[in-house]
Amino acid sequence: MRGLSGGNGYILEVEGLRVWFPIRRRLSELITRKPPRYVRAVDGVSFNVRRNETFCLVGESGCGKTTTGKALLRLVPVSGGSAYFQAREEILEELSRRGVDVGNDGRVNIFGIPPSKMKPLRREIQMIYQDPFGSLNPRYRIGAILEEPLKIHNLHLTREETEELIHRVLEEVRLTPPEDFVDRHPHQLSGGQRQRVAIARALILKPSLIIADEPVSMLDVSIRAEILELMGMLKEREGITYIFITHDLAVARYICDRIAVMYLGRIVELGNARNVIEDPKHPYTKALVAAIPEPDPRNRLRIRSVPIKGEIPNAANIPPGCRFHPRCVAYDENRDRLGERCKVEEPPHFTVEKDRMVSCWLYEHSS
Amino acid sequence: MLKVENLSTNFYTFRGVVKAVENVSLELEKEEILGIAGESGSGKSTLAWSIMGMVPPPGRIVSGRVVIDGVEVTRLSDAELRRKVLWKKVSMVFQGAINALNPVYTIGYQLAEPFIYHAGLSKKEALEKAKSLLPMVGLSEEIAKRYPHELSGGMKQRVVIAMALALEPTVVIADEPTTALDVVVQAQILNLLKKLKREKKLSFILITHDLSVIAEMSDKIAIMYGGQIVEYGTSEQIFNDPLHPYTRALLRSIPRLRGPIDKLQYIPGEPPDLISPPRGCRFHPRCSDVMDVCRDREPVLVDTGDKHLVRCWLYDESWKRRG
Repeated sequence: MRGLSGGNGYILEVEGLRVWFPIRRRLSELITRKPPRYVRAVDGVSFNVRRNETFCLVGESGCGKTTTGKALLRLVPVSGGSAYFQAREEILEELSRRGVDVGNDGRVNIFGIPPSKMKPLRREIQMIYQDPFGSLNPRYRIGAILEEPLKIHNLHLTREETEELIHRVLEEVRLTPPEDFVDRHPHQLSGGQRQRVAIARALILKPSLIIADEPVSMLDVSIRAEILELMGMLKEREGITYIFITHDLAVARYICDRIAVMYLGRIVELGNARNVIEDPKHPYTKALVAAIPEPDPRNRLRIRSVPIKGEIPNAANIPPGCRFHPRCVAYDENRDRLGERCKVEEPPHFTVEKDRMVSCWLYEHSS
Repeated sequence: MLKVENLSTNFYTFRGVVKAVENVSLELEKEEILGIAGESGSGKSTLAWSIMGMVPPPGRIVSGRVVIDGVEVTRLSDAELRRKVLWKKVSMVFQGAINALNPVYTIGYQLAEPFIYHAGLSKKEALEKAKSLLPMVGLSEEIAKRYPHELSGGMKQRVVIAMALALEPTVVIADEPTTALDVVVQAQILNLLKKLKREKKLSFILITHDLSVIAEMSDKIAIMYGGQIVEYGTSEQIFNDPLHPYTRALLRSIPRLRGPIDKLQYIPGEPPDLISPPRGCRFHPRCSDVMDVCRDREPVLVDTGDKHLVRCWLYDESWKRRG
């Protein structure tokens, strides 16, 4: 298969992704010809995703992790960058039939496809949303919810084939027996069951990449593991690749192979999930890990020290130089060595060990 | 300080009577934090509303009493409750309270309201008082002139906490005070609550589904399931020596930041329907240690020593003796 012979093992290669939302200019700004201003939600993000891995994007609200995920599906306007995706043969054929220029290495630049011709690719890349209460149409029965993607993509299935597929996918997400679920409405299901319907809806088109945006955050702790286990099983069995978006580093440690920590629209640290969380290098990752409460009753006797200053700046007004420097404690401590550098020059990605990258001037000479 | 005895609260709905809180007893000492943990629908928020005497209709407290500082709250009329108890003896940081700040009034004005309506101060005095509250929660007095949309989530949460502390209550109930916040801000708010507890000798009831936050804060812990307390003890007892199969399963389901990565456990099945709860123990359909007696008879809370209470037949031999 051409799609699998790309060679380097990456299913997705994102380079310099930018999503800038323009801020409406006031009349006075138009008259004085002030340059347009932007909310830089995603501001130069690069990462590669290996086939059949779980790649995590973590960070606080507003760091651009969800926008990055949406950009990969072209659900938000992309301002710049490229994202080369290894698509299946039939998808590539469908794309070239529609007049999209596909290279002969089986890779297609997602951002190079006109929005009107994206549809075939959406069969390959599916999304699971955070809120299983909001993402399922309350007026549809479960059967109809699962049938909808098949109708949209016009797969020429007979009635029987459709039904069989729906039953099979319900079994796959362990909503059994499927006959019990196809005629129910979402409100008759619990949160965990609903999220499984959402996963089934993503699976029914047999995608190779699933972007899961906080898929367990709204669920009770006691059932989160069940959904995570299901996603893990599907990864093994169906060879699915996940981009897992979460704010929860503890969850990320359990299910992710590699992790990218984002701050204000940029990746500040990237590496093996366990290494990054257990031995964080970037001052921001250090603060993030230090802030997470742990189920140890001794903690109540101490005030937790979180090495970070101030509040997260507005993405419309990103600080010059290293965007983390106004909040960075390490910058104050290493002022002699770093000088004014952090204030004026954005740090590139330094490779500190194999497959580990940190975007901080402190690590300039370690690569 | 605060005493809750055999409190039960029902909701009378068209589908039937929901026994949201059943036979809950607890005690809170001065300068103590009691954590109440449980899944969504376990009755923890309803318990908080009941302690405040503010159960929203169609809910009603059906039995039991709540005593705060010697005043039996459950016997007061609504008007007396508002005049004597709310804000002054007990106040609450509501879930999602930061979204309840009125966007058209300044922070100072909203903070001044309890002083005007409950302490009878003039508007000018109240505004002065309101300003003086802000440094206590780590905000500058200048914030009083700002509007809610000008503040970050963490700052708004600080304002809401200041509001709850305005009339120096003896007990503060905090319902999911950090759930909507990012971890860094959450850590800052939790530190603030710890500091206030020590400096102001405050007592807190902390309600959350997040056991890590409970561990971070609480001296005592009540684990709720299906409207009942299933385990009650000190923080050390609950975390180091959990007894109830539910508590144990819950602790095994928490992903941790350090140590070996064991397989995360989950509790199969669904939480009970509180209109027709399962016969016997409410947890028995999901329990890994279920015995015959559990399907048949409802366990009671028994003391296993050192005031570590648990509602489970595994620790109550009485069913064997009686046959």
